[in-house]
Amino acid sequence: MTLAQFEIQLIGILVASACALTGIFLILRRMAMMSDAISHAILLGIVLAFFVTKDLASPFLIIAAALSGILMVSLVELLNGTRLVREDASIGLVFPLLFSIGVILISRYAGNIHLDTDAVLLGELAFAPFNRLSLFGYDLGPKSIYTISTILLLNIVFIFVFYKEIKLSTFDAGLAASLGFAPGLLHYALMSLVSITAVGSFDAVGSILVVAFMIAPPATAYLLTDKLTRMIWISVIIGSVSAVSGYWIAHFADASIAGSMATMCGVLFLLTFLFSPYRGIIAIMHRRIQQKWEFAQIMLTVHLHQHQDLPEHSFEKKMNHCHIHMKWNEKFTQRVIKLATEKNLITEKNGYLYLTKQGAATAEEAITT
Amino acid sequence: MDLLSILQDLVTDYTLRTVSLGAAVLGFVSGILGSFAVLRKQSLLGDAISHAALPGIALAFLLTGSKAPLTLILGAAIAGWIGTLFIISIINNTPIKEDTALGLVLSVFFGFGLVLLTFIQKLPNASQAGLDKFLFGQAATLMERDVVTMTVLGSISLFFVLLFWKEFKLLCFNADFGDSQGFRMSLLNILLTSLIVIAIVIGLQTVGVVLMSAMVVAPAAAARQWTDRMGFMVFLAGVFGAIAGVTGAIISSITPRLPTGPTIVIVISGIVLFSLLFAPNRGLIWSWVRKRRNNRRLQVDAVLGDLYILATQHGNIEHGHSITVLRTMSMGHGGTDGSLKELELQQLARRIDSDKWTLTSKGYAKAENMIINDRDDE
Amino acid sequence: MTKTSNGAIDSNQGDKFAIKLEDITMAYRDKPVLWDIDLEVPSGVLMAIVGPNGAGKTTLIKVIMNLESPAAGRVFIFGKPYQVQRKLVGYVPQRNSVDWDFPTTVLDVVMMGRYGAIGWFKRPGKKDKNLAIEALHKLGMADFKNRQIRQLSGGQQQRVFLARALVQNAQIYLMDEPFQGVDATTERAIIDLLQELRESGKTVVVIHHDLQTVPEYFDWVTLLNVRKIASGPIADVFTDKNLRLAYGGRVGFLSPHSHVGKEFTSNLNPDKEN
Repeated sequence: MTLAQFEIQLIGILVASACALTGIFLILRRMAMMSDAISHAILLGIVLAFFVTKDLASPFLIIAAALSGILMVSLVELLNGTRLVREDASIGLVFPLLFSIGVILISRYAGNIHLDTDAVLLGELAFAPFNRLSLFGYDLGPKSIYTISTILLLNIVFIFVFYKEIKLSTFDAGLAASLGFAPGLLHYALMSLVSITAVGSFDAVGSILVVAFMIAPPATAYLLTDKLTRMIWISVIIGSVSAVSGYWIAHFADASIAGSMATMCGVLFLLTFLFSPYRGIIAIMHRRIQQKWEFAQIMLTVHLHQHQDLPEHSFEKKMNHCHIHMKWNEKFTQRVIKLATEKNLITEKNGYLYLTKQGAATAEEAITT
Repeated sequence: MDLLSILQDLVTDYTLRTVSLGAAVLGFVSGILGSFAVLRKQSLLGDAISHAALPGIALAFLLTGSKAPLTLILGAAIAGWIGTLFIISIINNTPIKEDTALGLVLSVFFGFGLVLLTFIQKLPNASQAGLDKFLFGQAATLMERDVVTMTVLGSISLFFVLLFWKEFKLLCFNADFGDSQGFRMSLLNILLTSLIVIAIVIGLQTVGVVLMSAMVVAPAAAARQWTDRMGFMVFLAGVFGAIAGVTGAIISSITPRLPTGPTIVIVISGIVLFSLLFAPNRGLIWSWVRKRRNNRRLQVDAVLGDLYILATQHGNIEHGHSITVLRTMSMGHGGTDGSLKELELQQLARRIDSDKWTLTSKGYAKAENMIINDRDDE
Repeated sequence: MTKTSNGAIDSNQGDKFAIKLEDITMAYRDKPVLWDIDLEVPSGVLMAIVGPNGAGKTTLIKVIMNLESPAAGRVFIFGKPYQVQRKLVGYVPQRNSVDWDFPTTVLDVVMMGRYGAIGWFKRPGKKDKNLAIEALHKLGMADFKNRQIRQLSGGQQQRVFLARALVQNAQIYLMDEPFQGVDATTERAIIDLLQELRESGKTVVVIHHDLQTVPEYFDWVTLLNVRKIASGPIADVFTDKNLRLAYGGRVGFLSPHSHVGKEFTSNLNPDKEN
């Protein structure tokens, strides 16, 4: 592995981690799409800051980007507050507007400079190693590493310090407010972090990968655990794995690095979606099928229980009449009867079905729930 | 550039004509179908579908080698549909919520699309150039055959909207009731979603992936302010979309270095802003005016009431009461002088001396009436 | 039920019942919501369905209308399956099942009740409009016909829903909590309408939440709590014992001192099964 390759993967891991930390709270607060909206809206801030500083590398850009992220959130809330437009519509209105203004400003006044909309959206991680930070004549590595590490540190500190406040305001904003924890302030702080993380990252990976890293690994973690702390760890790990594996796939396929990383995020999510032991689709289907058979047996016992003592209902106990009442087809009925007999819930005598003591107990229990 | 020469160009200049027509079709169709998405609270679905469409475009090209608009649109639509199915599946089968599912599919599909795009870039034909116009929307590259495709597909979609109008209305408003009336809401849902997907993918080429969200949401949001009738709202949304499209196209053609897509979005956003402020009834300016008028009226009524109280206390309604007293009685609510003037205009009060006021008999009667009514309401 | 010669079950007797449910079981993710419900609703009654929250009342109505598929059992409307008899059943969903901010007018909503009769594709016509206006008149809402539904009060919204049901000109009406959150005048208007419907021979089934008013408004009641606790005429069925069974002992207000309690504590027969 060359140094450049190592650095690229490192950047990927750092970005994934920083994004995962903010993304977790976005998805828990049902604001996942804000990541998409903010990462497009920050273009405006960057452009305006660039006009002022004329320097693409200025840290002022990051601040301006954070501010435009806040601007977007404020505008959405303003719009929403008029009660004339619903919240999801407000988001879908504001960020394209801000993005459009940004694009137009670039086109009109910055056309010669390499502030490329392509780069904003797509980023190009491959160039990151070439943009190096040098101090006192020493090459300290790609600039991106330092930017993103700082942001990652910022995120870690914030979450560490305000852990219980964030947790509370996410689950119960009302209670948080009544306890004086200013959920509104926390909300804006979180949005600022999202903006800062987005702008710090997109130079390297583009806004689409930022969105992917903010949503997919946390969503995957969400399928694997219920504990918040564990969720954070798992999403950082999954994000990092996506970053590294994405890099190597891009390397061999000679394709977009950011795109591959995003794709790997999706692949990992898909695998978890299918195979997660508790929440995965396959596990769920398996459980449902089992439940269906168990439930059918219980239904059978209850059905027999309801009709057992009344003489005119004796035909209901007839084996070949069960299926009419239960809306089951023949094969299904046969199998249920077989299973129930094996479990000693029912017995058969002269073509009629009878409950065993155990079967009666099962029926009683089901009914009294 | 005066209006006449613009209009002339609109007809004679191939590019302007094509782009304007394309933008008009896009605006009209996305305005109409976007209304349904907005009414069903699925505003951001447009954003997700437009991003999810990218890998479909790339694959369509990879598999067929053709860049014909219909092929690419078909690829986009299929990918958009698959994305929608994923979103629904995630929401229905996991505790993951709608916004997360949308963002997930959006970013992952798009990322995959990027991979395919860069892969295509490496192919010998360097043919990726035509494909990334779907990313950013390069309306200037619209050709007549593109617009024809858009128009045909758009017309088919609108035909279905007209055909199933009352059924769609039922679907959006009260689906259960629709089922109970014998209409298969699940099938209609599939149809409507498909139409929305089509509306989105035909617009991608004009405004690009990022901005398509606005074209779905903004016309409907604007139209909603002007009417309470769904039919008119949907139609108006189409009209707004079309106007924004054409206007954006024209402005961007006469102004150098102004890309078409973002210009269209700015125009439609302007229409939204205008609608939010000035639409009768709902408009913010009207609400503000109405509120002020109400406050004004309340103030005037309050001063009338004060005069009445003073009159009854004094026993003689002819007696003038000093304006200072009246001002004190409405302390904190201001506007006493203005209210008195208004009362004078309505002949409910009159001035005696330079600073004394009293009720007229008409004013007395009205005040009495007002107080009795107030008591009844309590 | 009678048995025909080859042992098959003959449900023709169901004709005299407006609604007949056999062994309806409905489960959600293997938790039963309705368990083995047998129910016979004679035609021409004004029946309340009561039970605690989560008792499956709304689900029962949805199952009758085939909006949800039961795990077991069958539904008969006047002896035939619902799909065949759909036009005979009118539905009034819960008020909160709808977004009242939707851009539509009162008249528009009521006309939706005619869509079933109009069928696919066709537009509503003058006849439909007149029927809708007539229904609005009946509910005292004719003046509101062009008003946006957002501007309506709770009681007015409910009346609109009822007018929509009326235009369906059904034989059976299924209503989900129509009295929830309405003012006293509207409540009176609704119950008058329901009784009028019953007088004209319709069958009206109402999910009701206020036990106090059940004996006053209805003549038939079904007590539901996942299983059918009891069903029949008020006097026979609306007993302390059944209520206790249905609500699990939380029916404290039905004391011998309240006049409501007095009315049927005197009819109490503790040995009588449903």
